[in-house]
Amino acid sequence: MSLLKVENLSKHFGSLIAVDDVSMTVEPGELRAVIGPNGAGKTTFFNMISGFLTQTSGKIIFDNEDISTLLPARRVWRGIARTFQITEVFPELSVRENLRIAVETASGLRLSPWLSRERDGEIRTRIDELLGMGGLAAKANRLVGEMSHGDQRATEIMMALALKPRLLLLDEPTAGMGDQETYDITQLIRRLHRDERLTIVLIEHDMRVVFHLADRILVLAEGKMLAEGTPQEIASNEAVQAAYLGKAAA
Amino acid sequence: MGSDTLKNQAANVVVWLLLLAMPYWLPHVGGYVELGSRVVVLALAAMALNFLLGYTGVLSFGHAAYFGLGAYGAGMTIRYLVPSTGAGLIVGTLVGAVAGAIIGPMIIRLRGVYFAMVTIAFAQVFYFIAFRWNNVTGGDDGLTGWTRQPLHLGFATIDIQQNPVAFYFLVLAVFAIAVGVMAFLLRSPFGRTLIAIRENERRARFLGIPVDQHIWISWTISCAVVSVAGALYALLNNFVDPRALYWTQSGDFVIMAVLGGMRSFWGPLIGAAIFVTLQDYLSSQTENWMSFVGLFFVLVVLFFPRGILGMIRRKVAS
Repeated sequence: MSLLKVENLSKHFGSLIAVDDVSMTVEPGELRAVIGPNGAGKTTFFNMISGFLTQTSGKIIFDNEDISTLLPARRVWRGIARTFQITEVFPELSVRENLRIAVETASGLRLSPWLSRERDGEIRTRIDELLGMGGLAAKANRLVGEMSHGDQRATEIMMALALKPRLLLLDEPTAGMGDQETYDITQLIRRLHRDERLTIVLIEHDMRVVFHLADRILVLAEGKMLAEGTPQEIASNEAVQAAYLGKAAA
Repeated sequence: MGSDTLKNQAANVVVWLLLLAMPYWLPHVGGYVELGSRVVVLALAAMALNFLLGYTGVLSFGHAAYFGLGAYGAGMTIRYLVPSTGAGLIVGTLVGAVAGAIIGPMIIRLRGVYFAMVTIAFAQVFYFIAFRWNNVTGGDDGLTGWTRQPLHLGFATIDIQQNPVAFYFLVLAVFAIAVGVMAFLLRSPFGRTLIAIRENERRARFLGIPVDQHIWISWTISCAVVSVAGALYALLNNFVDPRALYWTQSGDFVIMAVLGGMRSFWGPLIGAAIFVTLQDYLSSQTENWMSFVGLFFVLVVLFFPRGILGMIRRKVAS
């Protein structure tokens, strides 16, 4: 049974049609990449799934429940976590504090006016676990705003993971990164997919990353679905090649 | 991190010692006990505002509404209902807190300057009610014909009516409770969600924090504490007038918080102390005292954007 089912999703901004009748089905444990040229509507598509934007028409079904009209926080409670193209963290707090807020919220403590010693211990353990997984243990007490782009991105991904999501949405996780950072983040995503069996949908520009990671790929162009299939199928698809190379050739 | 908390604890000890000893040292440096009470009351208001401004990242420009409601609530309770200081404090606080809780849902979806404008608008509504409703509030002349009452504790009676030092310690005790509650909350998981909202609302939302609900709670707590301050203010003056609700009063709270440093817990206390002292001294020298306070404020904002305490903390850290 599929975990996420997007049916005929569209988004209009006035007369501009950013996303036009896009459907997608993601199976549990799958790693799905969404690619397409600039302005293809990938981020808008993502923003509708996470509830950041409201769709003009279409439906989003998550785990057999229609979540099309739920507020972002409620979609998070159902198990959808996301990162952003431009990293969204708490810059004036340390990595540990960033993670603590995520872990406490995920533990249902967001309204709690106090924390028992025992509960605090559990939370610390979980934070250390996440720090280790994200390769951030040595930098735990540094302010996130003062760290490298790659470390900020790793922090953001770990905050999303702190929520114990059933579906992780990553918007261009390697955008603006050097080779080493790209490699590290790719390895991290790969571990999450292979070892934790996490269902992931990601938008990505770097084709090495996409073909290295993805089980299936959805290609968008000018808001429409252009193709869908395995990396091999997409690589040999003529329409996709035309969309990517056509403009450069013209 | 360890030395940081040590420094913070040292700062706390110094602040509390200075406050506890204030009636004894203030007269020696040219002040008087009522001035000390005034500093503590207005500091409580500024710290309540800062719970929202500095720790949730939401600017209210209408906190005078809840300050004034607390003041009128206390004054009118003692004047019309029961001649009891305790009852005045409790009713004043409840009136302000309930008004904040009810108005909250109408405004919490607004952000930035829109939020600030609407909070001013609500405050002006209360101002005009107090101003016009002569036969109940005393209108422009203020609510008179009542005074704070001695405190009956069962085993003893404390004469806060005639003894300014005793009244100062009542003010300080209430201040300690209110400030203690805010400090406790800010160190809790709930307090951290507020800081999360201040730091990055979008990230907070996508961590599953229903931001509007949390802002509403923070707003209501802030309104409740500022109305405690308002009730104390009425007791301090034995008088309330509509200026306690006027928008310039809201502005004074913002100035105190920013002057002292809105990212520091004690910042607004420093701001209030400077503001009240300047006001007291300058207003006896010139009618245009506000322009000097204004000039001082501009200089601080230009040269120490993190406020006086922010600047001191930076010096200590480096």
